[in-house]
Amino acid sequence: MKKNDALFVIDDLHVSIDDKEIVKGVNLTVGRGEKHAIMGPNGSGKSTLTNAIMGHPSYAITAGRVFLNGEDITDLPTDEKARRGLFLAFQYPVAVPGVTVSNFLRSAVKARFGEERATSFRKDLKAKFKELEIDEIFATRYLNEGFSGGEKKRLEILQMAMLEPSVALLDETDSGLDIDALKVVSAGVNRYSGQDVGLLLVTHYQRILNYIKPDFVHVFMDGKIARSGGFELAHELDAKGYGDEIAAGAKAAAAN
Amino acid sequence: MVESRKFSPVAPSPAEARPEKPDLEIGDDYATKFGFRDAENYFHKGKKGVSHEVVEMMSIMKKEPAWMRKFRHDSFDVFESKSMPKWGDTDLLNSIDFDDIYYYVKPIAEQGKSWDDVPDNIKNTFERLGIPEAERKFLAGVSAQYESEVVYHSMRDDLTKKGIVFMDMDTALRERPDIVQKYLATVIPAADNKFAALNSAVWSGGSFIYVPPGLDVGIPLQAYFRINTENMGQFERTLIIADKGSRVHYIEGCTAPVYTTNSLHSAVVELVALEDAYIRYTTIQNWANNIFNLVTKRAVAHKNATVEWVDGNIGSKLTMKFPCVYLMGEGAKGEILSVAFAGNGQHQDAGAKVIHAAPNTSSRITSKSISKNGGRASYRGMVKVYPKATGCKVSVECDALLIDKDSRSDTYPTMEINQDNVQIEHEARVSKVSEEQIFYLMSRGLSEDEARLLIVNGFIEPFTKELPMEYAVELNRLIELEMEGSIG
Repeated sequence: MKKNDALFVIDDLHVSIDDKEIVKGVNLTVGRGEKHAIMGPNGSGKSTLTNAIMGHPSYAITAGRVFLNGEDITDLPTDEKARRGLFLAFQYPVAVPGVTVSNFLRSAVKARFGEERATSFRKDLKAKFKELEIDEIFATRYLNEGFSGGEKKRLEILQMAMLEPSVALLDETDSGLDIDALKVVSAGVNRYSGQDVGLLLVTHYQRILNYIKPDFVHVFMDGKIARSGGFELAHELDAKGYGDEIAAGAKAAAAN
Repeated sequence: MVESRKFSPVAPSPAEARPEKPDLEIGDDYATKFGFRDAENYFHKGKKGVSHEVVEMMSIMKKEPAWMRKFRHDSFDVFESKSMPKWGDTDLLNSIDFDDIYYYVKPIAEQGKSWDDVPDNIKNTFERLGIPEAERKFLAGVSAQYESEVVYHSMRDDLTKKGIVFMDMDTALRERPDIVQKYLATVIPAADNKFAALNSAVWSGGSFIYVPPGLDVGIPLQAYFRINTENMGQFERTLIIADKGSRVHYIEGCTAPVYTTNSLHSAVVELVALEDAYIRYTTIQNWANNIFNLVTKRAVAHKNATVEWVDGNIGSKLTMKFPCVYLMGEGAKGEILSVAFAGNGQHQDAGAKVIHAAPNTSSRITSKSISKNGGRASYRGMVKVYPKATGCKVSVECDALLIDKDSRSDTYPTMEINQDNVQIEHEARVSKVSEEQIFYLMSRGLSEDEARLLIVNGFIEPFTKELPMEYAVELNRLIELEMEGSIG
């Protein structure tokens, strides 16, 4: 594994919550322009992985490193990770009352790109609203307050669009979306992740992968990547469910 | 030849504290009898403490009519007879030494204050808030005139043409005694509380506004323009009367810190909204940390009238302020929107009072308080519904935000409802700045401080959006400074 060449490297990462180990040694390399899907049943630790990488205060990285563009970002404060181009689309975005979407985004864009982007901000925002088929009224609404699940997810992708990350971690972006919303959001993700962007898409349904076609699929079981493969692996899981994997995992655990 | 009388500049000892009330039948020859110059001399070397003598001299200096002089003396009697409130921050309140205070502020030019005397932290705040040079000197009490005097005067001429009266209280007493005497102290009598009594005895400055029937003033009237240091005050007395069907918005205070060595500020504000009238009174107050800011603010709303208090309190050592609306006429409405920010060493005891004394009246109280770094913010509210107030609606929301674990918030909501046919809503919430919110905002590149600030600004957004734009901007900047802890 050439750490210095790859865009994004997760190296033997272990994460605990309150002394309970949830992520038990994850190894993953995402190259420029690559789309990786992480699929697994509920409770396998997928969200813990992405949140811990971003620096959630409740999750402790007990071992392992994370590299972005060759730089060790494991212990950096969350905002510094973001400013270096790491983005997380949350599964359950929190509401921040009294802060309008527009004001919030302007601050975020300024943090990422500096003052120069401020001049074209409104125009950019308007364009992105249109592309993601979000009503412009959302600009003046308070961040995530009273938004439906689907609206929140669209807004996460809107933020991705505005912040132009190098690596985007999408945490169950498909949950709560109907088919039409899924198409629009997926088109957005594809549009905003060009040749240089690395994508890590966490999901437990195969459906979104019809629209955001992954180059690599990893099966996540009990805190680790159990198996990796190409796109066909997603279909296999869809057809057979996670049961086989769980059984295989249990068998392996019993054998040790 | 003026007869000379010697007054001791030293505060009288308790034994001689109460000289006999001087003869009130003074008439126009007071100058001969007492000597205007002597009154000047009386205060010249700086006289601390309050007494009938001080009250008398003050009234003479101001050349007031007899009825006002009597009003002051009577109020002083009430002040002396009343005890300190037994509620609130009694430790702090009882630390006030009434004898160690100047009750009459001399003209600035004679005070001999210089810019060098102004504390550094105040100067730094001016710098951070981008206050223009001339304003800084004025706010710091170093310069008497404010350049906006010119702006004020031209605005005043426009208003005068429409019959709108907007002047300082001292002038109003001289030029419009008819209206002043009719309404003054009808909303807040001296007997209301000890500090109202004190104000009634030694008031100076404040605004007087009268809006004729049916007139909409249009632009917000701002005290800031016309203050001179005499009115910068400690004991402002403001009276606003909106006659039938008229509308007025008055803005008081400013976000820049007001620095003064006089540490007791006890203002009285009376609002009268006659039938169908509308009054909005906005305050952003930011006093320096040595100041006791004890204010009595009350409005009377007649039939179908509306009064709105938009009240922002930052700074001071202790603020006690409970804007109040008496809904006296059917269909009257009252709204109080209050924000209090208590930083280190500060106690904001703020809240609201609404009295429903007529049917089909409605009220809304929204109180937002923030405590940081050991500051203490309280909400003290009272809603009273009299039996005759059928069909009224009341909504109270008090939210407290604790920024860190050293801070404190208390809520003392009281409701006395003596009528069944009413709709009451009450919500009280205390929250900390949530870790999830901080994480979310930081994940978008905002620093932890920026995230916290955004959350706090979001918390007071219902208040900020009611302010005129330039005040909202200044308030946000002020909150930013408070959050940094760079204001002393």
